[in-house]
Amino acid sequence: MLNTLALIFIVVGLFFMIVGAIGLIRFPDLYTRVHATGKCDTLGEGMMLFGFILYEGMNLVSVKILLLVIFIFVTSPTAVHAILNVAYTHGVEPWKKGDERR
Amino acid sequence: MIDIFHASVIILILTVFLCLYRVLAGPGWENRLIAVNTIGTKTIVVLVLIGLIYERPLFLDISIVYAMINFISTLAIAKYLKRGCVC
Repeated sequence: MLNTLALIFIVVGLFFMIVGAIGLIRFPDLYTRVHATGKCDTLGEGMMLFGFILYEGMNLVSVKILLLVIFIFVTSPTAVHAILNVAYTHGVEPWKKGDERR
Repeated sequence: MIDIFHASVIILILTVFLCLYRVLAGPGWENRLIAVNTIGTKTIVVLVLIGLIYERPLFLDISIVYAMINFISTLAIAKYLKRGCVC
């Protein structure tokens, strides 16, 4: 029972990781690409690691994975925000419909 | 269950190649930095998976340290580009 739940989490997390990578390539502008990668990667990672916790059960390994999940949920959006803050102050305008791909 | 881990490691490494395209082709430094950050988060999951497949708990510590280094390096580059010096 627990293994099937872990399997579901891992597969859905993997789906989000793939979608994040595809979004990184497909979108026309920096800000749209960050929409794809910033959110999908953090969520996909959190789900996959949570699936590993369910698979491992109650031992030291799952405690470490839980710490890793909490750390990534805090730091990954912060890092992406720091990059975007610098890019915006350096004058990267958001893409509007009809512009060419930047 | 183990072959699910094998399959997801392979798929993750293929997605890293997708991000690698953005690193090479990205018009500016900010696209490249976002792509490298994405590759970093994918590497963390690959490290945890290797730790689970080969039953080595050490890889979890490595992935935690890698997460920290990935975060700190992204912040250092962002701060350097914003203020001209990291000091």
